[in-house]
Amino acid sequence: MRSFYDRVIAFVFGIGLLFVAATIVHAGAYEDALVGFTTDSFGDTADAIDALAASGDPRTGPLLEALKDQRLLYSAEAKKVFIKDKSDKLTDAITGETVPSPPSDVDNVRLNNRVRGMLDAALGSLTLMAKEPDRRFDAAQSVFKSRDPTALPNIDKALEKETEPRVKKALAEARAAIVLNSADTTPEDKIAAIAVIRDRSDQDALGLLDGLPTNLPPDVRKAVAGASAKVQNTLAIWNAVQNAWYGLSLGSVLLLAAIGLAITFGVMGVINMAHGEMVMLGAYTTFVVQEVIRQKYPGLFDLSLAIAIPLAFIVSGAVGILIERTVIRFLYGRPLETLLATWGLSLILQQAVRASFGPTNKEVGNPSWMSGAFDLGGITITYNRLWIICFTLAVFVALLGMLRFTRLGLEMRAVTQNRAMAAAMGIRTARIDALTFGLGSGIAGIAGVALSQIDNVSPNLGQSYIIDSFMVVVFGGVGNLWGTLVGAFTLGIANKFLEPYAGAVLGKIAILVLIILFIQKRPRGMFALKGRAVEA
Amino acid sequence: MSAFPLTRLIDRSATLFLVLLGAFAIAIPVLNLLVPAGSALHVSTYLVALLGKYICYAILALSIDLIWGYAGILSLGHGAFFALGGYAMGMYLMRQIGTRGVYANPILPDFMVFLNWHELPFYWYGFNWFAYAALMVVLAPGLLAFVFGWFAFRSRVTGVYLSIITQAMTFALMLGFFRNNFGFGGNNGLTDFKDILGFNVQAETTRNALLVISCLALAICFLICRAIVTSKYGKVLVAIRDAESRTRFLGYRVESYKLFVFTLSACMAGVAGALYVPQVGIINPSEFAPGNSIEAVIWVAVGGRGTLIGAVLGAFVVNYAKTYFTSGILAPYWLFMLGGLFVAVTLLLPRGIIGTYEQWRERRFEKKHAAVSAAAPHAAE
Repeated sequence: MRSFYDRVIAFVFGIGLLFVAATIVHAGAYEDALVGFTTDSFGDTADAIDALAASGDPRTGPLLEALKDQRLLYSAEAKKVFIKDKSDKLTDAITGETVPSPPSDVDNVRLNNRVRGMLDAALGSLTLMAKEPDRRFDAAQSVFKSRDPTALPNIDKALEKETEPRVKKALAEARAAIVLNSADTTPEDKIAAIAVIRDRSDQDALGLLDGLPTNLPPDVRKAVAGASAKVQNTLAIWNAVQNAWYGLSLGSVLLLAAIGLAITFGVMGVINMAHGEMVMLGAYTTFVVQEVIRQKYPGLFDLSLAIAIPLAFIVSGAVGILIERTVIRFLYGRPLETLLATWGLSLILQQAVRASFGPTNKEVGNPSWMSGAFDLGGITITYNRLWIICFTLAVFVALLGMLRFTRLGLEMRAVTQNRAMAAAMGIRTARIDALTFGLGSGIAGIAGVALSQIDNVSPNLGQSYIIDSFMVVVFGGVGNLWGTLVGAFTLGIANKFLEPYAGAVLGKIAILVLIILFIQKRPRGMFALKGRAVEA
Repeated sequence: MSAFPLTRLIDRSATLFLVLLGAFAIAIPVLNLLVPAGSALHVSTYLVALLGKYICYAILALSIDLIWGYAGILSLGHGAFFALGGYAMGMYLMRQIGTRGVYANPILPDFMVFLNWHELPFYWYGFNWFAYAALMVVLAPGLLAFVFGWFAFRSRVTGVYLSIITQAMTFALMLGFFRNNFGFGGNNGLTDFKDILGFNVQAETTRNALLVISCLALAICFLICRAIVTSKYGKVLVAIRDAESRTRFLGYRVESYKLFVFTLSACMAGVAGALYVPQVGIINPSEFAPGNSIEAVIWVAVGGRGTLIGAVLGAFVVNYAKTYFTSGILAPYWLFMLGGLFVAVTLLLPRGIIGTYEQWRERRFEKKHAAVSAAAPHAAE
């Protein structure tokens, strides 16, 4: 019996030994590599990183991450390497066990720029095989930037396995970048690589092509020059598209801010310097709505803007009607006095908001459907800008329709065109005046809802738009909504095309000067009203 | 032509105004320098500087009243001319600092050394001479006003359109002066002045002298304005204000009349700015802010547009109220009051203080003479 037990024990022991031996053999490369970190020499560290990258050991990833974040410690005496985690706890890099009392001579493994570059490349090729496509994509991008020749075998391996077209393209580009920068690839390979890079057509591709060494064979150099020119061309086109998009976006903001003014100033001839404050009231309404939703109904947050739009219209519209009834109606026919009185009102409104909400910027959140962006060709389009353009056009169309097809719109136009005749026909002109002013102000409030998504919500919000809005209305032509539309988009796009050459501030100054000169030429704007209305 | 041009120029109220101004210019320095500090009649140096500032504002208001009250041009950009004059003076004062700056550069002002500039920009040449700077104080705003007005009046930009583009003009200038590479000190502006014509700007005597000079400038500007508005030229201006097209059809070159008075007014505003800067010790781009220009317009409206004396009175009243309210516990309510003032003056007191007073006096006069049935001719609004 005893011998049986002996055998069992011996067997178990033997199996155990085998396992241990296997572990030791398997872990050899990883452990051997770690020794390189304990000598405090950059060369050894670099070799260790290379060896680790080749080992394929699963512990390599966290270890290299730790090295990158300066969380890798070593002890020269104990020849051991430790990883420090976020809470400053040390774990042994081999066993993964927590080390309660580390040796006294632990120190950070130091890095220099060369080692750091290698480290990034090693990390990049490690994640080339990651499960998530996004991580693989990022890894391919980082290899594209590092152009580390040692990553080439990994890239080739990854390329074979890759199924996602987006990642595959990125990998091919990374491979091309390595091939182009490597000294020992054939000119044919290089020319093929140039074609790949050319199709990438972005700033990085251009940087890569322009940064190539000059001692290339002539046909390769020719291909590089051709590709570089083509990429530049494509970039210039995308740049123009980008500017046009930014211009459309700015134009839509200007239109939104100016469209209410086009009603009060353009249709009624009332200079409302408090128009910007109507926009501000709309933005603050949005803020209040979001606060209430955050505290009481967090689930409705995505609907906050939909709730805020009618509320902002009502708040600003009501304030507008109040202003018209109490101040402006006594000042019809005295535009300069109206200007001063409404400026006073704007000061009061600003100070009232400052007193009740404080002078600081208020946080207004984007609902989920408005945040984020997507790429369209060479440009990035953010959802909030896109939504604002759509929203602006919707408001514009709704307003046009209202003026054209409703009874109120008809009466408004009648009063604008000939007040006395309209009154004789039984239209209550005073009521129409109040409603028109309320409408213009209410639309300014809606503009405030949209602007709260892209601008700081502060008591000064309106001030920054008032001069621009007036410029748009005056430029487009007073009393003409289409003029306002064309004016806003012209100014927006012109501004964005001037900006790259003149800078933001000088671009704005240039636009102001151009408008001033334009008004000299056409004092009544682009789309001037003709006939009697001009004198009214 | 009247037989007594001088009495037409300086009527009773103008005499009263000039006498009061003279008494003010003498009394304040005497009370500050000669009356001992403990006395109840002593005027503190702080108050001297403050009153000097008000006088400069009064000159600005006068220049606005000349074009708004008499020619119907509402400029919402007069602060720009004021600030340009101020910058011209500030540049002279900067050059006077010399080696006493932080970086002790004999030529370059501190901010240029700080920005790593090695040469004085060409537009700073000559500002070490006071005479040149004084010329620029008048020329820079005058030239801008001339060019701007030439374009605007020739193409018949009038009324609110003109107001809005003048506002855009001062806004554009503000954006420009905020930039460091414009060479005017960026958003810090010009400050830390030491001397003016060899006198320390901080000294009590200098401050009093500046006050007296400001009063003198105000008197001169007032007389110039009076001379204009009482002349035949002034009558044409009023005609333009009240019926521009009709005046044009009568054969007057409306744009030339407007251009001259606009340019002159800008020069006056520049002088006001130049006197303002050494007294407050700083000029920065916020002086270009459109709000400042509109505030200056309301001084005129409060005092009464088209009365000249009203502009001066309005500048004093509104600014005194501003100083009083913004320094006490009522500070948060000042903007409510200012805003309310805009509304109240336009709605309830469209003629301003002086205008309303004159109206009241006229009515009383008419009542008195109703029996004689000699209705006094109405003064122009």
